Amino acid sequence: MTTTDERDLAIETMGLTKRFGSQIAVNAIDLAVPRGSVFGFLGPNGSGKTTSIRMMLGLVAPSSGQVRVLGRAVPRHLPEVLPRVGALVEGPGFYPFLSGSANLRRLDSADRGAPSATRRGRVDAALDRVGLSHAAGKKVGAYSLGMKQRLGIANALLVPRDLLVLDEPTNGLDPQGTREVRHLIRTLADGGTTVFVSSHLLAEIEQMCTHAAVMSVGGLVAQGTLDDLRKVGEARICLLTPDGDLAIRVLSRLGLESSAAPEPDAECLVTASVSVGADAVTGAPLAGPGVRPGPLPAPEAIVAALVAEGVRVRGFSVQQASLEERFVALTGEGFDIAQ
Amino acid sequence: MPSDVVPRDVVSSDAMPSDAPHTTGAAEPRREPGAALLRSELWVLFRRRRTWALLLALAAIPIMIAVAIRLSSSPSPGRGPAFLDQVSQNGLFVGVTALIVAIPLFLPLTIGVVAGDTIAGEASHGTLRYLLIAPAGRVRLLVVKYIGAAAFCLAAALTVVIAGTVIGALLFPVGPVTLLSGTTIGVGEALARFLAIAGYVTISLLGLSAIGLFISTITDVPVGAMAATISLAVAAQIVGVLPQLEWLHPWLFSQHWLGFVDLLRDPVSWASFGDNALLQAGYIVVFGAFAYARFLTKDILS
Repeated sequence: MTTTDERDLAIETMGLTKRFGSQIAVNAIDLAVPRGSVFGFLGPNGSGKTTSIRMMLGLVAPSSGQVRVLGRAVPRHLPEVLPRVGALVEGPGFYPFLSGSANLRRLDSADRGAPSATRRGRVDAALDRVGLSHAAGKKVGAYSLGMKQRLGIANALLVPRDLLVLDEPTNGLDPQGTREVRHLIRTLADGGTTVFVSSHLLAEIEQMCTHAAVMSVGGLVAQGTLDDLRKVGEARICLLTPDGDLAIRVLSRLGLESSAAPEPDAECLVTASVSVGADAVTGAPLAGPGVRPGPLPAPEAIVAALVAEGVRVRGFSVQQASLEERFVALTGEGFDIAQ
Repeated sequence: MPSDVVPRDVVSSDAMPSDAPHTTGAAEPRREPGAALLRSELWVLFRRRRTWALLLALAAIPIMIAVAIRLSSSPSPGRGPAFLDQVSQNGLFVGVTALIVAIPLFLPLTIGVVAGDTIAGEASHGTLRYLLIAPAGRVRLLVVKYIGAAAFCLAAALTVVIAGTVIGALLFPVGPVTLLSGTTIGVGEALARFLAIAGYVTISLLGLSAIGLFISTITDVPVGAMAATISLAVAAQIVGVLPQLEWLHPWLFSQHWLGFVDLLRDPVSWASFGDNALLQAGYIVVFGAFAYARFLTKDILS
């Protein structure tokens, strides 16, 4: 899949930008969400995820750039697009003085494509699906955060959807609820629904998504299949040898930047890191395999070269960066909320 | 969690003809006429405890007036609001008296609460974004919200008139009503005229409701919109009594608020009814347009 036909995309953005005054919340992102995928939209708090989602759903007008949802331009075709999209945006929002089922009936009545005749049945089914049947008649004001979150997901499931946009769907859920939501998303994806999930938790994305995109400070820093994202990034060679300087020379001939650190018992730990094809994924939607420049030389070739030069190899390993390291490398570490 | 409970009556779109646009005939959902949202709006409005509290407060005005007159031994003719001295002779006047008392402040106060809450209230609950992505449609939502506020105006006016008539009939003698022009009409016709007065008061409040709707689109804080709307109602009446600003008086939405007494003349003088309706219609058009322009381009960040 080197060319992405627009018909295969559930969501496509081109240079999508949102400015609030002088501040750029979303900076020219080109997102490509294939149909049928479970797409993780990853980024720290304040990286522009929710603003992007709001633009996809027509709540916020882009400053520039375009959005296509289910093949149609938004916001121009919102009335046709939105009935096919279920969404949870920035947490649930309900009338605290109405019961859970009354809230869903209220929101469902706003959709002219949702038949009134089946409303009660569809609301009950959606509540059942998120395990809230027992609390259907209770006022939402008395719901816990997790229950509200489930109700929000139920709201997105009132009619069968082609696309679900779930902004932080497991927020406030207990581990059991988180597992149920993951299971639900998988079931929906199996039924052919494209699911677009945003999260600041990598583990969550890793467990349920087929694709992912990473946002940082309003920009899109990577996107692709989860496997692509895993492959890309820093790989590191760790070599245990007493011949540190010689090893560094051999490695640099192979094009590897390396450094030596003294280890106890007169040995040296030489580490070399190599960036594998970062360019291929960064900013290039769904780049096919095989276009990555500078692949890591085969480990056995490195060892052979070292041994041929007389380096005493006492330990050798290649460490692939985990997705988490990659995520942190892309988005920065610590509590600095992106400006 | 059981799955597959939701009937898949909307065809999913995995198989799309390659050259056709993305909505095939089968995938395009059948549109309902859209009355469901209005029904839901009225249902939610009149199911809220707050709405009932407002209506009860309004009903308390004629009740308080009637009880106070019943308890006081000596009526004091010529003092207090118009018709007050007639109440002890004819209980039917309680409703009209109560309207005269309520219209400068209490009625605008309740209207301000409901109209100011229309959009800002949804924004503060976080339901505005969900209504819009349902999708309700921004124009449709605005219209439905305004109709809801107008329905409350009617309910508020009827509450005062009906509560007044009922408490008046309970505490005082009821008989033919002597009109302002001196003629007398039967109880049946008097009741019909009171209903017409409730209609007049409802129309009187529509302009203020439109202002409230507009203010409600510019903020996400409902209390702010409510306070601003109520303040405007008070300000308009203050301007209305300043002779220096007489040139402005014909344009004030509160100008004809007390004109409903013209409906108690024989023959009925419809001039103020017409003037009032025209003025309120003007306010609806102008502030409806402001609300439309504001809400259609608004970034929903709530």
